[in-house]
Amino acid sequence: MESYTASELMVARASRELKDGEVVFVGIGLPNLACNLARRLHAPDLVLIYESGAVGAVPSRLPLSIGDPCLVTDSISVCSMVEVFNYYLQGGLIDVGFLGGAQVDRFGNINSTVIGDYENPKVRLPGSGGACEISIHAKKIIIILKQNKKTFPKKIDFVTSPGFINEQNQRNKYNMPGRGPDLVITDFGVYRFSSEKYTMFLSEIHPGVSVEEVKANTSWHIDISPNLISTNSPTKEELEIISELDPERIHLR
Amino acid sequence: MKNKILTMKEAVEQYVKDGDTIVIEGFTHLICFAAGHEIIRQKKKNLVACRLTPDLIYDQMIAAGCVRKVVFSWAGNPGIGPLYGLRRAVENGYPREVEIEEYTHFGMVARFIAGASKIPFMHLKTFSGSSLLQKNRNIKTIKCPYTGEVLTAVPALNPEVAVIHVQRVDSWGNAQIWGLMGVQREAAFASQRVIIVAEELVEKEVIRSDPNRTLIPGMIVDAVVVEPFGAHPSYAQGYYDRDNQFYVDWYQISKNQESMERYISDWIYSVSDRKEYQEKLGLEYIEKLKAKEQLSAPVNYGF
Repeated sequence: MESYTASELMVARASRELKDGEVVFVGIGLPNLACNLARRLHAPDLVLIYESGAVGAVPSRLPLSIGDPCLVTDSISVCSMVEVFNYYLQGGLIDVGFLGGAQVDRFGNINSTVIGDYENPKVRLPGSGGACEISIHAKKIIIILKQNKKTFPKKIDFVTSPGFINEQNQRNKYNMPGRGPDLVITDFGVYRFSSEKYTMFLSEIHPGVSVEEVKANTSWHIDISPNLISTNSPTKEELEIISELDPERIHLR
Repeated sequence: MKNKILTMKEAVEQYVKDGDTIVIEGFTHLICFAAGHEIIRQKKKNLVACRLTPDLIYDQMIAAGCVRKVVFSWAGNPGIGPLYGLRRAVENGYPREVEIEEYTHFGMVARFIAGASKIPFMHLKTFSGSSLLQKNRNIKTIKCPYTGEVLTAVPALNPEVAVIHVQRVDSWGNAQIWGLMGVQREAAFASQRVIIVAEELVEKEVIRSDPNRTLIPGMIVDAVVVEPFGAHPSYAQGYYDRDNQFYVDWYQISKNQESMERYISDWIYSVSDRKEYQEKLGLEYIEKLKAKEQLSAPVNYGF
């Protein structure tokens, strides 16, 4: 059996969610690895769009930032950020958007702005960038983050990127074009959202993880799917490509 | 046509005033550190510094005490960690209190579109359902007069001065960029004064040979500064690579207040201009970042 890290499993699982021909708004870190893994394996025609303006990017090295020059070289188009946000994102062309954050609640609302009070924060985080508009406009959102009681709190300190907002699903009220969060991938398992309560439930559990551990690392009472399955381990091929994509393991620590 | 060429020292002296609202744009690409460093050397004060991503350049200007307010949408060292200079100013008021005004990327882009178009605001579909809508009173909702749909709106951003780094320019300020263009065109058209900083000065015939590539026309440009390697540790596509290692190192340099101040002293105050900065880095260092050649297929502009 291959040995692998939680990050590698998260990348492999996320990549399997991407279909050939889809248009994906790529974030830096694990999402970038997942998208490029998918492009190398089952989705050669996946269109990678980075908020910096690179469209159809084919990065030949690991981009440290979202504006790396390797995203421009050999891309299909380079456009201004006016076009990225107005025509591609607000224009409804994005099939999948990846989001991470410091906290996510059971409705899939994400905080990447502050821990604590906004005016007097305990920790000041980077803020939205394009995350808020991605959460509103991308047809489908995949959330990827490491899980513990702090990152899965009862209530997040700030809503940077709205998910379903609350149990009434406020997305329609606000006329949000995107369907909202579809999947949350953590180092413990994979979560989907109930179509009645708009809350997360555990649908896949990673090999070697127990349901008790999942519960112990969630601050609310987490629902478990009656059809809970085990996440497939990364294949040898997936692991090889992941280590080619991030040879220094910058995003895999 | 008027020759607008100045040295960086002259351009900053003449066109950047204390208290100005300033934008030094460039999304990862073409961030004009040369201008930021000269602003620090000239001890400009009370600037309202606008950028989507404050990046290391505003981190340094904040730590040097030049900034009273930051207007932004994502404040971090990309892929690495936080901006410690900004954090010390916001959390501890060191070296001075800095106010923040926060949007999303789309929100900042829309503010520059309104500014460039000389209309008072821009409407867009974002912010709904987010806490930013409550925390930033400048973000409003507006009802569409045609459909009744509720949209959000942001006010025009019209800085006093824009600094835009480009690959090549002619002496009148016709400026060409390739690679990532960010929101530089809008930032330039939105601003009252525009300083173009270029890797290379070219004849106007070169500009006219490829007019589609001109992002900013000379008619809105006040000063042209020719400053090769002026974007380092950011990059210029086709000229030099992003100095990712420096961005990684900045984490340690900036984490500690003394070491950040030592950097500012050694690499900004102790060098008089970009030429000296390059000499201090050394030829070998610069050579390592030099871009490989990958030329585009030529196009025919004939008729």
